Amino acid sequence: MDFNDTPQEAEYRAKVRAWIAEAAKEYEGLPEPKSQDEYVARQKSWQRKKYDADYAGLTWPKAFGGQGLGPMNAIIFSQEEARSAAPTGLYSIGLGMCIPTVFTHGSKAVIERFVPKALEGGEIWCQLFSEPIAGSDLAGIRTKAVRDGDDWIITGQKVWTTFAHLSDYGIIVTRTDPSAPKHKGLTMFIVDMHAPGVEARPLKQMSGGADFNEVFFDGVHVPDAWRIGAVGDGWKAGLTTLMNERLAVGGKPRNSPGWRTLMDLARGIDTEQGPAIERMDVRARIADTYINDEGVKLTQMRALSALSQGKTPGAEQSISKVVVAKTMQDMAAFALELSESAGFAAGEKDSELARLQGAYMWSAGLRIAGGTDEILRNIIAERVLGLPGDLRPDKDTPFNEIVPL
Amino acid sequence: MNFDFSDDARALSESARRMLTEHAGPDAARRIMDSDVAYDEALWRQVVDLGLTAARVPEAHGGVGLSPEESCVLAEEFGRSLAPVPFLSTLLATEALLLAGTEVQQAKYLPGIADGSTIACYAWGEGVNSPTAIPATRAESGRLTGTKSPVADALTASLAVVTAAGEDGPALWLVDLKNVSVAPAATLDLVRKHGTIALDGTPAEPLGTSADYQRFIDRAAVILAFEAIGTAGAAMEMAVGYAKDRVAFGQRIGRYQGVKHKCADMYIKLELARAHALYGAWAFAADADELRHAAAAARTASLDAVRFAAEENVQLHGGIGFTWESNCQFYYRRARQLSAALGSRAFWADRLVRALEQRNRAAA
Ligand SMILES: Cc1cc2nc3c(=O)[nH]c(=O)nc-3n(C[C@H](O)[C@H](O)[C@H](O)COP(=O)(O)OP(=O)(O)OC[C@H]3O[C@@H](n4cnc5c(N)ncnc54)[C@H](O)[C@@H]3O)c2cc1C
Repeated sequence: MDFNDTPQEAEYRAKVRAWIAEAAKEYEGLPEPKSQDEYVARQKSWQRKKYDADYAGLTWPKAFGGQGLGPMNAIIFSQEEARSAAPTGLYSIGLGMCIPTVFTHGSKAVIERFVPKALEGGEIWCQLFSEPIAGSDLAGIRTKAVRDGDDWIITGQKVWTTFAHLSDYGIIVTRTDPSAPKHKGLTMFIVDMHAPGVEARPLKQMSGGADFNEVFFDGVHVPDAWRIGAVGDGWKAGLTTLMNERLAVGGKPRNSPGWRTLMDLARGIDTEQGPAIERMDVRARIADTYINDEGVKLTQMRALSALSQGKTPGAEQSISKVVVAKTMQDMAAFALELSESAGFAAGEKDSELARLQGAYMWSAGLRIAGGTDEILRNIIAERVLGLPGDLRPDKDTPFNEIVPL
Repeated sequence: MNFDFSDDARALSESARRMLTEHAGPDAARRIMDSDVAYDEALWRQVVDLGLTAARVPEAHGGVGLSPEESCVLAEEFGRSLAPVPFLSTLLATEALLLAGTEVQQAKYLPGIADGSTIACYAWGEGVNSPTAIPATRAESGRLTGTKSPVADALTASLAVVTAAGEDGPALWLVDLKNVSVAPAATLDLVRKHGTIALDGTPAEPLGTSADYQRFIDRAAVILAFEAIGTAGAAMEMAVGYAKDRVAFGQRIGRYQGVKHKCADMYIKLELARAHALYGAWAFAADADELRHAAAAARTASLDAVRFAAEENVQLHGGIGFTWESNCQFYYRRARQLSAALGSRAFWADRLVRALEQRNRAAA
């Protein structure tokens, strides 16, 4: 066992670090983007740099424009990227989830048309799965697609679609056969977000920002050539996306506060029970936060090291998000309470307190996005531990005859 | 033993609930959130007309002379309805005057509170201090200097009950806000508006002793526990209602134990808090020695209840719960305000254990 980089990994890390140091210099000390366009332009420029220097799609097959490297290279790159000022985030859904689905299930023509362009950052993608009626129960969606010659016509509504308002394309799960049981009547397509009949309306989040949208489809034409997988195989394609999602959103969000934040904060606070940093309740919370966050990181490394030795990682990875999101909520609440009135007054921009307040608000969404705490626990219980599954009364009923219990 | 409120208190709380159900609640909260005004003036007039600000004021000073029980039941109703009016702030000031005010002070301030012409606030926080830490705000020959922020309802109040360093610990002072600069202070709670009070040699009257102050925060803790219980109860009802309605995987989500147990835990925390708060209400009304630990337990348990209900209410709503449009955010944000209103959980947990130790010593 060795927790250090192997000589090859160390060499790769040194190379990547040197490149990022140079390439990300221009973003250092930049203020937050002032407009949406500026945000997108900045994100685009970084993706383009990576693409030009052969650092995009590190683990993707060469045939799809990737580098065909192992997962250790990707993790080393993203670790180094996270230490820099490089602007990332906008491509996590497209490149992390949508495009892997496209090249796993899409036709050759579709792959050639969309994958390279996405990789260089030229086109932005979103994931059009959830609907008002169904989120956890993805197979319960209603947006319909009806065949019309060489096209399909899509009508319905998606919701909570992150970055839809900035996207050029999306992968959409639709119902093509309402008389089949719910999992069997689904089909996935690529949809042009600028096509007539598509309307993305940003939705404001509880935390104040508006990263997600409701998206309306009113008779939107999609060529059959843009179908991802066979008609009726949308569930299978969707599962590919969700598996990639668990990897893409599983970890702790970049720049989010952690045990160090709490430790630093506690150092600066004197309480009647003594300096906060010496209080047992504070020390216990720092320890809890460390155990959870670092435990998840080490678990991810375990999975990666299995991969780097050509073995299949176990199911341990599935604990990530359920741990990270709630830990963030608990740590942030504790830190704000420790700060008493100062933790409740809106923190000054870019201050540690403002970040903690942001984390407290955002953690509530993180516990829901990409599979809720409850659904993730069901997955651990059923798929990992082999406990019997929930009864699914509607599983074999034709979708249009389902009556909820 | 009668571990429940009097019939009078129940009757008052029912009439308050009827009025608040009609005129307060999440919609009214949202209107105030979206506006620049500091409170709902029309609602405040109804509160005054219903006699709620007069409830605790003695008859001699133009009030109804009701007991602490009435303060508690009303606090719960205002907590439940999120009512964007300075009721709790004014109530805390009323209690401070009743506990520690001289006859002259009571005669000077209570009639205005009873008839609604005086709105008051309670100003203690000045950063990371706890309620019993010596405040940085100082008194010198009847004048106060220091900054209090964020203070709930400071923007609307004409009278402030302020903590400042006394001879043995913090003590209360009364400050007329007429000539004092009060600036808006942004907080995590977008409905209950807060302000910053800058005192700079501002004339003030002492209100009781440091010992009175310690008793005051115990009483305030009981009242705020009831407020938190009201808020927690409303968040729980919202979550339970949704769990009975929302369908996933062909069943109402309330059928899943993951959901059911969360709702049951909300109830368990709420009822534990209520039991402690009732014990606190009795100790308050009876002026019993038990108040110190009863109040601390009530406050601690109520903060646990409201935080859990507020967080899991968002969670049980899924994506819709994380939107601006959803009412979940009101409870999520208010739970932060309740925590900041009078020392957070860790402070009260510590005060609880100190009180228990003292009792043990006394018994030995
Ligand atoms: C910030 C954010 C970003 C998002 N981005 C996207 C996106 O880009 N694209 C996209 O398609 N979607 C996106 N989503 C949607 C997200 O995937 C769904 O919100 C989530 O899957 C939950 O679905 P729902 O909102 O319909 O809640 P529901 O499924 O209705 O769940 C409601 C509650 O019931 C519980 N529940 C449901 N089923 C069970 C069960 N069997 N056992 C126990 N409890 C259960 C849930 O855990 C939850 O607490 C995003 C959501 C958020 C918050």
